[in-house]
Amino acid sequence: MEQERYQLNKNLAQMLKGGVIMDVTTPEQARIAEQAGACAVMALERIPADIRAAGGVSRMSDPKMIKGIQNAVSIPVMAKCRIGHITEAQILQAIEIDYIDESEVLSPADDVYHIDKTAFQVPFVCGARDLGEALRRIAEGASMIRTKGEPGTGDVVQAVRHMRAMMSEIRRVQGMRQDELYEAAKKLGVPHHLVTFVHENGRLPVVNFAAGGVATPADAALMMQLGAEGVFVGSGIFKSGDPAKRAAAIVKAVTNYNDPEMLAALSEDLGEAMVGINEQEIAVLMAERGQ
Amino acid sequence: MNRDKPLSVGVLAVQGAFEEHAAMLGRLGADPFLLRKRADADRKMDALVLPGGESTVQGKLLRELDMLEPLRQKISAGLPVMGTCAGMILLAKTLENDAAVYFGLMDITVRRNAYGRQLGSFTAKERFADQGETVMPFIRAPYIAAAGPGTEILAEVNGKAVAARQKNMLALSFHPEVTQETTVHRYFLNMAYSAGQDWG
Repeated sequence: MEQERYQLNKNLAQMLKGGVIMDVTTPEQARIAEQAGACAVMALERIPADIRAAGGVSRMSDPKMIKGIQNAVSIPVMAKCRIGHITEAQILQAIEIDYIDESEVLSPADDVYHIDKTAFQVPFVCGARDLGEALRRIAEGASMIRTKGEPGTGDVVQAVRHMRAMMSEIRRVQGMRQDELYEAAKKLGVPHHLVTFVHENGRLPVVNFAAGGVATPADAALMMQLGAEGVFVGSGIFKSGDPAKRAAAIVKAVTNYNDPEMLAALSEDLGEAMVGINEQEIAVLMAERGQ
Repeated sequence: MNRDKPLSVGVLAVQGAFEEHAAMLGRLGADPFLLRKRADADRKMDALVLPGGESTVQGKLLRELDMLEPLRQKISAGLPVMGTCAGMILLAKTLENDAAVYFGLMDITVRRNAYGRQLGSFTAKERFADQGETVMPFIRAPYIAAAGPGTEILAEVNGKAVAARQKNMLALSFHPEVTQETTVHRYFLNMAYSAGQDWG
């Protein structure tokens, strides 16, 4: 992928900032999400809570189903491929998806290698639990990063943990002497030039969203206060009592994440939130997939 | 207007690439502030920037956070405004492939997602107004399909109008804020300084 294409792909993520990306499984849900103010949708056959409940191997969605969603909305459409599944990614590029999520929510296809994302024209977003993981994905060509959270649980604790870890490591690298950056690059297992970028700019070289377990406007605002530049909401919307209303409230909470009075008003009367599962109660930790 | 006093520029910050605009305006000596709710829109400002992002999201939030009307009145009264990409869609009177109208103040017809999906995004280097060539990143961009007689086309790429001005309103299909080039922002700040004599 030439430099200009990579730049444009990073730029698209910049246009998504301050927004909410919502998981949808049908054209109807996609329209509800768009009308509620989603800045993009993630098209997938089953939302993470159901993937978790169903168990078994989880794969890329049917391209026909994804195309149905592309035709239903004017906002960008993303879709997931399995970690390391080069061919699923090629298929998603062939149907002109706007962003590929190489995602731990699906069953990994390769337990060693991630996709060489520099070989693609379409942009990729990848999950990361800490700075090292984020910079490794960026070195492979990711043009957007999100926390891994723990999808399908409605429990925000892991997204918080990942965002805190990442931001604190960024601050640490920022405060280093020039000659300490080589050792930092070695310890993080990442290229020196990416560590240098973080040192000089105090942020990742790409946009960084929160994902995993966000279920309420307060969860979304919390992630923004911790440094996220936008939020993915998966099961939290269409597993709740009143998806359209909850989705719209989360969108406004991301814009006004620092305004407690507005957040209080937005949190009123949203109906049933998705049923949560605590991290201690789950058998599969998806965040452990792909390091 | 006194050019030594920094221009106070409101940057719509409901969603999208508003920080990039604010940073560039700051580098050029202006004093940017972010608009997230009604009280921000009511503040006194010398100019307004509508950034890139998703126009559906921005339009909805402008309405629901009660900023659409106060800002529309300011623009109608002559407040200098620059809309990039989604911001151009917000300013347009008509959208060719969408029934929505937001500010609806600028006499242009805009085609949304005119170059297709992300694979259709591209960078061009073309002349902008009388300012010479500048780098223009187009990201799922719109273009101007038609413009009224009071509208001056400031840039064209592949035969399509991608920048236009009508009095106090400047609209662009592309994103100068994600480049290192300050040509367009300088042009806009000059516009705002000249308008300042009337605008106050």
